[in-house]
Amino acid sequence: MPGVKIKRDDCIGCKSCLPICPFGAIDFDAEAKKASINDKCTSCGVCVPACPSEAIVSDIRIVKDLSEYKDVWVFAEHRDGKLAKVGLQLLGCASGLAKELGQRTAAILVGHKVEGMAKTLIEHGADIVYIVDAPELEHYKFDTYTKSIVELVRKHLPNMFLIGATHIGRDLAPRVSRRLNAGLTADCTELTLDPQTKLLKMTRPAFGGNIMATILCPNTRPQMSTVRPGIMKELPADPHRKGELVHEKVEFTERDIMVKVMEVVKIQRHVANLEEARIIVSGGRGVGGAEGFKVIKELADVLGGEVGGSRVAVEKGWITQDHQVGQTGKTVRPDLYIACGISGSIQHRAGMGQSGCIVAINKDPDAYMFKIADYGIVGDLHEVVPLLTEAFKRELGK
Amino acid sequence: MNIVVCIKQVPDTTDVKIDPKTGTLIREGVPSIINPDDRHAIEEGLRLKEKHGGRVVVLSMGPPQAMDALMETKAMGVDECYLVSDRAFAGSDTLATSYALARCVQTTGAWDVVICGRQAIDGDTAQIGPQMAEALGVPQVTYAIEIKIDGKHVVAKRALEDGYEVIETHLPALFTVINEINKPRYPTVKGIVSVCRDCNIQTWTAKDIGASPKMCGLNGSPTQVARTFAPEPKGAGVIYKGAAEQNVKDLVKALRAKNVVRVR
Repeated sequence: MPGVKIKRDDCIGCKSCLPICPFGAIDFDAEAKKASINDKCTSCGVCVPACPSEAIVSDIRIVKDLSEYKDVWVFAEHRDGKLAKVGLQLLGCASGLAKELGQRTAAILVGHKVEGMAKTLIEHGADIVYIVDAPELEHYKFDTYTKSIVELVRKHLPNMFLIGATHIGRDLAPRVSRRLNAGLTADCTELTLDPQTKLLKMTRPAFGGNIMATILCPNTRPQMSTVRPGIMKELPADPHRKGELVHEKVEFTERDIMVKVMEVVKIQRHVANLEEARIIVSGGRGVGGAEGFKVIKELADVLGGEVGGSRVAVEKGWITQDHQVGQTGKTVRPDLYIACGISGSIQHRAGMGQSGCIVAINKDPDAYMFKIADYGIVGDLHEVVPLLTEAFKRELGK
Repeated sequence: MNIVVCIKQVPDTTDVKIDPKTGTLIREGVPSIINPDDRHAIEEGLRLKEKHGGRVVVLSMGPPQAMDALMETKAMGVDECYLVSDRAFAGSDTLATSYALARCVQTTGAWDVVICGRQAIDGDTAQIGPQMAEALGVPQVTYAIEIKIDGKHVVAKRALEDGYEVIETHLPALFTVINEINKPRYPTVKGIVSVCRDCNIQTWTAKDIGASPKMCGLNGSPTQVARTFAPEPKGAGVIYKGAAEQNVKDLVKALRAKNVVRVR
């Protein structure tokens, strides 16, 4: 049942609520000149203040004072009974923000038989773990997960909510934000507080003629943000840390279930684990072909690292997509990133700019990569890279 | 089957250049293209029509020049196009955009399927699809790599980082597709000729789609861009420009000194 109603006697038939509803959930009886709520209503309440005669009432509390929203929440993603690293990384970031705000860090653990994971979340910085446990939540699905999270948010009123930008998070977060009418900023690379307003400053790469954009969400709560894996740093686990478990019950009706997961298929192949690599040797346009990646791979092997590629290299089919570094590929943060024949487009830099030490190898002395590199060699990678491989072999005694 | 495809016209960012002095994008001379993922959405719409009959309607929200992108889709063989363009939409974030696009979808009449590209290369948010699905009150399958429809019954594959899942759902539904799903067709000569002869693409304003000014553009956008800037440049690095052997020797020495390369 929708939590929003229109008091028929008070409705003056002005229709001003009709276009406001994002969900098309308000019908209008032209004969009687009265509006009514249909079953598409998600109880978001956006129509309530739009009514000039105050005929629309909601049993969802409309919070006017934004300071009632407290705490920094993190969505604790998990698959096959294991927590995703990104959730722990976000807890690290959330703990810093919460401390500065004098608020608490909470992890949102939604699933079936998941309580066992709560301890790890507390050890990594959660003060509270909200648990919603139901058989319908065994596998991630946007329908049951959105409902669970929206109910938690409406009950506990979080100030901020961070979600990993994975295939799950990017399916879930926008759906939640639409239902709550809350602002959402994608793929943030930096989250800090404005010193005066204490608003969350969400910084992300963007192209509007510039490179980075800082985004604020002043008038809606929670301030929602997705962050890619590998951007934030997790805190070391503290086995003595104490936290509170809060169990919440969410009921699902037939209407709430929109999709069924029939099967999950894991593709057995060596998927490049770039996010966790300490050293990455990456090739771009200058590599010139699939054959050229052999020397890249040899250097990566000698250094015990992974092979990466730019978008161009992937699009030309020289290397598979799971190796792609950059805005549409993976975000990596190795100790050492060796960019071979990569000019350094902003999209590529968005994926590797936070690497500890960057080495650029390029024929073109004006390649942008040299500007962000700690070290660079101007020269043909086909000559330089094999020499490097040999030198490291000697150096490392291989 | 009534199929609605939403597309965006974007600057072709694969060839974007950077001003070495200011560190900002050089926009001049960068051509506009149909967003790459959206081409796959158009192709999937056309394939579904070829299999099940019906019509393909393409929507694009943007400035008047986005008309070019819509003409190209007409030449690919879609049935109808609408440009959604109004000053009232300026400054829309993803919530305001999804609100307007959901209204457009409703304005096209009865519909069964909405297809979007996963994300646009200029914003990369991947938020519009799911936000529209929520606004329309329908199921979503994001990162779709296969869509099979039988009557109202849908079986679709959704890509995951390490594989895929098979999802069962029902129409009406919204899909966001990735490039693995198909190979987009090129516009045909016949298509181009017919577009040149008769290009009647209607523009819808906020009023035409019954949108409230409160929910559009800056008014309807909870997120606000506070500032944009070039990332802080790192301190200048050491660039070796000598003979290859010497360069390599110097670099290895420097990396050893920094302790980033260790014997494992």
